Amino acid sequence: MKSSRRKFIKLAAVSAMGIGAARLGFLGDAPALAGDLPTATNFEEGLKAKHWGMAVFSAKFTPELIAKCRTACHTEHNVPDIAGQKEIKWFWGASYEESFPTEHGHYMAEKVEHRQFPLLCNQCEAPMCVKVCPTQATFQRPDGIVMMDFHRCIGCRYCMAGCPFGARSFNFQDPRPFIKEFNPLFPTRMRGVVEKCNFCAERLAIGKLPVCVEAAEGALVFGDLSDEQSDIRKALRENFAIRRKPDAGTSPSVYYIL
Amino acid sequence: MLEKALKGSPRYWGTLTALGMVMLLGLGFWLYQLTFGMQITGLNRDVSWGFYIAQFTYLVGVAASAVMLVLPYYFHHYKEFSKMIILGEFLAIAAVVMCLGFIVVDIGQPQRMLNVLLNPTPHSVLFWDMVVLNGYLFLNIIVGWTSLQYFKNDMTPPKWVKILAIVSVIWAFSIHTVTAFLYAGLPGRHYFLTAIMAARFLASAFCSGPAILLLLVLFLRRLTGFDPGQKAINRLAVIITYAMCVNIFFFLLEVFTSFYSNMPGHMAPLIYLFQGIDGHTMMVPFMWTAVVLGLGSLLFLIPTPIRQKTPALVTGLIMLVIASWIDKGLGLLIGGFTPNPFETVTVYSPTIPEIMISLMIFSLGGIVLTVLWKIAIEVRVEVEGGNLSMVPPPAAE
Repeated sequence: MKSSRRKFIKLAAVSAMGIGAARLGFLGDAPALAGDLPTATNFEEGLKAKHWGMAVFSAKFTPELIAKCRTACHTEHNVPDIAGQKEIKWFWGASYEESFPTEHGHYMAEKVEHRQFPLLCNQCEAPMCVKVCPTQATFQRPDGIVMMDFHRCIGCRYCMAGCPFGARSFNFQDPRPFIKEFNPLFPTRMRGVVEKCNFCAERLAIGKLPVCVEAAEGALVFGDLSDEQSDIRKALRENFAIRRKPDAGTSPSVYYIL
Repeated sequence: MLEKALKGSPRYWGTLTALGMVMLLGLGFWLYQLTFGMQITGLNRDVSWGFYIAQFTYLVGVAASAVMLVLPYYFHHYKEFSKMIILGEFLAIAAVVMCLGFIVVDIGQPQRMLNVLLNPTPHSVLFWDMVVLNGYLFLNIIVGWTSLQYFKNDMTPPKWVKILAIVSVIWAFSIHTVTAFLYAGLPGRHYFLTAIMAARFLASAFCSGPAILLLLVLFLRRLTGFDPGQKAINRLAVIITYAMCVNIFFFLLEVFTSFYSNMPGHMAPLIYLFQGIDGHTMMVPFMWTAVVLGLGSLLFLIPTPIRQKTPALVTGLIMLVIASWIDKGLGLLIGGFTPNPFETVTVYSPTIPEIMISLMIFSLGGIVLTVLWKIAIEVRVEVEGGNLSMVPPPAAE
């Protein structure tokens, strides 16, 4: 913390002298990584879609790959590493039974039964969390991404009660001391607000794919569900896929190929 | 009339001081929570609402229950309730104050609370709950205070008070219906997802709320000699008994639907509460206590000769209040969040700070109630004569 603060002050001073003038200084702590800052040109190359979705080739996932994606996601988004029942998680792994509690029989294919499934926010088409939020701190973008304004959230946790997938975490304490590697390109949160996966909206804006998709090396396919020609539609056309708890009526945008 | 709250017996001041001390103690714990965040509670990622929201829900019921006096009085001209009605309205005020308190301590960023007003969101039930609760608070303050003022001046209350009182009857149903809708519309929570939730809430409110009121009134009669009239007491006891029967009946409907249909999601919360899952049996003794006390209370309340004896009535009412509190103030929320969305069990139990902060709010409610009832009784004593010192008259009981 201390060294990053010193770096920040140093770089802020440099930026103030005008050297960082071409950079987007409004990103708050960003001067600490002045070299990697996105430029206006990057934002012109932003990825666009009618409805973003994700297909998970679950057979390709090992616990190691899940851990890799999880680390990539949690580092990108400054997700604190808190142990126990008050943990914060955007991306994690769970058994078939935990992932699809309404879909399991007595006798299952062994490879599926013992598989770990990567879980994240389902970015539902009809998100309950958006419906229940009393301040519109959780909202849905026209491209389907369900996002949060961490500064508007009052911490009522109604969205956590509304989400049928346990995709949301609440900051029971100040998360900042638990952030191992600080990424100045994404805001940290304060205590008392809820957070969750945002489909890397901040990366899509500068033309990059979500960080978990990059880390998964082909096991996650990301794309426009409304575009018949997209990779994700191709993957879903060629493979049988299910969604978590379809009976909850929220219509997830994340598909699991078994 | 406020001046009546400023003069009182040592017992009055003693009560207020005692409640104030508990409140201060709880305030310390609240500051602790404000400093360190909600990590000091037993809440977790899976059981994200707990003791605070459960108390809120129970007290919305207590607030709504004033309608059990207001409705017979204004709709059916049941004048026997005339002495008790102001106490019911003032209890509702204290209950709503506690409800709002429990919301304030439950949210993670209370200083941002007004975001709910800055960004009104009609598709969120919480927005409507805020509207109806605050509306109900003001209705009761206006109706209660004005009626008392006119009573003091020996005048008939103006017509608009009666209109507002009638509005408050419908409003009372709305506060508990909207509170039930907070839960009943959530697709992932099987224990909440039931069309009968609002009806269950109302039934439970209409037995537990008047039971608390009646217990307090009987206590008041003992302390001050204020007598609401035996007829009114008997009638309210009958209302409570019917409501409790309906409350238990509605609960059994849930049990039937869950177990006859054999739907795993619907059975799981009931199994967790009454039998435990995966060795997690924390709730089991509580829930069976509620069953025994709930059914037991009916043994005291249903037979008229027993119900009309004060000690038996008090016993039955206490049993009823404990049973309904376990059902709604513990079981409802914990059952709703267990099993969690992954069909596993995450155990929740309130921590000491959580309970102390809750005590702070209960004390606040106690202070509001004591002051308001003091005013109401002093006004009655002033108008009808009687004993001003608030010491029981020698003839009483």
